[in-house]
Amino acid sequence: MQWILMGSLLLGLGSGVIGSFTFLRKQSLLGDALAHAALPGICIAFMLSGVKSVGLFMIGAIISGALATFGIHAITRYSRIKQDAALGIVLSVFFGAGVVMMTKIQHSGNGNQSGLDKYMFGQAASMVMTDVYLMGIVSLILVIVCALLFKEFKLISFDPGFARGMGMKVALLEQLMLLMTVVAVVVGIQAVGVVLVAALLITPAVAARYWTDSLGIMVIMAGVFGALSGVTGTLISGTVSNLPTGPVTVLAATLLFLVSVTFAPNRGLLAKWIRRLRTRNELRGKMEMVVIHQSTQGVERGAEQ
Amino acid sequence: MTDFWIILTGTLVAASCGVLGCFLVLRKMAMVGDAISHSVLPGIAIAFLISSSRDSLLMLIGAAVFGLITVFLIQALQQGGLQSDASIGIVFTALFAIGVILISRNAANIDLDLDCVLFGEIAYVQWDTLIWNGYDLGPIAVWMLGGTFLIILAAIGLFYKQFKLCAFDPALAAALGIPVALFHYLLMGLVSLSTVASFESVGAILVVGMLIVPASTAYLLTDRLSVMLLYSILIGAISSAAGYYVAKWLDASIAGSMISVAGLLFLLAFLFSPLHGLIVRMRKRGRLKTVEAS
Amino acid sequence: METYPLEVERLTVAYQKKPVLRSVSFGIPSGKLIGVLGPNGAGKSTLLKAVLGLIPKVEGNVSIYGRPYQEQRKIVGYVPQRESVDWDFPTNALDVVMMGRYGHLGWFRRPGSKEREIAMECLTKVGMADYAGRQISQLSGGQQQRVFLARALAQNAQLYFMDEPFAGVDATTEKAIISLLHDLKEQGKTVLVVHHDLSTVKEYFDHVLLLNGELVAAGPTEDTFTSDNLQKTYGGRIAMLQDFGAATVGTV
Repeated sequence: MQWILMGSLLLGLGSGVIGSFTFLRKQSLLGDALAHAALPGICIAFMLSGVKSVGLFMIGAIISGALATFGIHAITRYSRIKQDAALGIVLSVFFGAGVVMMTKIQHSGNGNQSGLDKYMFGQAASMVMTDVYLMGIVSLILVIVCALLFKEFKLISFDPGFARGMGMKVALLEQLMLLMTVVAVVVGIQAVGVVLVAALLITPAVAARYWTDSLGIMVIMAGVFGALSGVTGTLISGTVSNLPTGPVTVLAATLLFLVSVTFAPNRGLLAKWIRRLRTRNELRGKMEMVVIHQSTQGVERGAEQ
Repeated sequence: MTDFWIILTGTLVAASCGVLGCFLVLRKMAMVGDAISHSVLPGIAIAFLISSSRDSLLMLIGAAVFGLITVFLIQALQQGGLQSDASIGIVFTALFAIGVILISRNAANIDLDLDCVLFGEIAYVQWDTLIWNGYDLGPIAVWMLGGTFLIILAAIGLFYKQFKLCAFDPALAAALGIPVALFHYLLMGLVSLSTVASFESVGAILVVGMLIVPASTAYLLTDRLSVMLLYSILIGAISSAAGYYVAKWLDASIAGSMISVAGLLFLLAFLFSPLHGLIVRMRKRGRLKTVEAS
Repeated sequence: METYPLEVERLTVAYQKKPVLRSVSFGIPSGKLIGVLGPNGAGKSTLLKAVLGLIPKVEGNVSIYGRPYQEQRKIVGYVPQRESVDWDFPTNALDVVMMGRYGHLGWFRRPGSKEREIAMECLTKVGMADYAGRQISQLSGGQQQRVFLARALAQNAQLYFMDEPFAGVDATTEKAIISLLHDLKEQGKTVLVVHHDLSTVKEYFDHVLLLNGELVAAGPTEDTFTSDNLQKTYGGRIAMLQDFGAATVGTV
């Protein structure tokens, strides 16, 4: 239990950190597409190897994730179909193909397959020790890489053109970031499932954005929010029966998001509301004076002649 | 008969989604369709809890309500200054999570398999039939989907020009006095309706696929909206028929096969469409280059 | 007192954070071509959109021929900025022009042969009759702009609002727009044009409206388009302004 808790904590931390960058690069839903696209890769890895091994699944998922990104890119680049539809096409077609493979595996009666359908909704409690270790270590690596390449990632998220001008290997860094997103998604799938894993990337990052305008603080906060959600999800679903980990984790993150939206200084709804009241009153006061001023000026000169 | 009912069900799903999908794709709201198809789940679960049966009408209402809530929340977040895809991601995951929790906590009362939520049970469609005065009138799903399709046809048929103008130029539509918001929510309501009508038989993922893939394929094949609508329905129908036989041959998921076939058709259009295909594009570019060179 | 085609009183519009238009009041004369000028972010497009009810106003009143806009929709034509729509939309030029008739058709009627005829006439007027069946993404920028103008003509309005119709168009289109504007004026219609190019203002417009968050000045071009007013509108941002202003002063 302690280890699983540690694993979810690290997973939340890693996804929150990576999610901050994908959010700023306006690729929030890419995580969703990658999660769905991972399914055929996982199935093929299983078909070829015949064993349920998270490491092999990850390789399969990375390959099909890379194919999916390539597909989205090709569709938007070479046809008049826009980004949103391209995402939707790749997401559903890859998933459809994955479902075909999965049912094929199930119908073939291979005894080892029992773990595969867990990937849909995720169940942290059913993970075996090696999975938990892997999840924790991989997440940790993600965080460390982000810390080391912080200024590079910052620049390519904000202004890739400028980064290229400075001689940075933008394409390489973008590929790396994409790879890290795929990895985060694949380890996340185990804990929260295919459909909900996108939330691990998006929700903590967006919640963090409300509190600060500094990227460094935002990334740290997103990581903390993610870790908090992961721990809460695992704890609650471990103590209450019939409660899957994934949805609880996501709802914990959503709760943090709601708190941020409402109470964050400056960007929060409450702060905005107060500010709007204030400007409205100020405007009213000013307006009376302006009107008097303008009517003496004869604004309607044009019509009078 | 089995083949017939399954293909008919698939075709009705494809037709309903195909029509609506065209408008979603043109309005760049494809992922909103994805969001709706997931976030109607709590509506369905709540309807189950209230009626403790598969009361179709209540489920339709519950899902439609949650579909509109989804759209409303996404819009509210966007107006608060959040990117559209982040808003979509936050809203649909939260609502889907609530739905999953409701279902797994009340597993005893809700006769709804979570896997079926994603993949549907189109193979069992024919067993659940509508009996009226002792006559077997065919599967309930077919009646429900048929009704949904008629409603969609009626709405789009009556207000074709409004839907078209709202998709092309909402500013002008508003200036002409067309209630843009009303038609926006009407479209979203119809998407929720077709989602939930299709849910039990084909699952969330097929709905998403049928909303987006055939419409996008049609978009590559024609430059007229009316033709695009027609092609979209046709492509959906072909996908569901061909998909069924592929599934039978492979002994695999029917819904998954239907989407895979639709994806294949999209790939063909993407490469070979005489209007906007990749090969035609490349040729044009090649010709331009030779002209420049000479 | 005659009723103005457009009368705006104390119009204030704010986006989330800050007010974009502050208490703008003016009335425009009938049968004139009016240029709306101002630096970027001065609220030119915002003014048009607020008048057309496309964005909410914080405060203020807009009336068209003495009545609220909602009652006068059929006599108002609008040409949005070209970039505001997706030109990949599956439709052709004639069809876009027919959209201008939707307001007259009411809720359920579909466009028929009469609308087609009107649309064709309008396309002819802007010199685009040959392109009626062309998919709109295959038209050049100038041709797209002319299709938009034809659509506004099809609205058969009394008062027109045009948002930067001259932006990024070729010389042929520019000429076509100018002659169209003069036709409209001769028919006694009023046209409000958001404009960017200061060098053509005196040639194109009878009246100007100088905007910079607030209304700086409004009136006949020769009285209003002065270096003094331009200085107030644009600040010291454009040195070139001196030329236009000086010339104006010289001719008056």
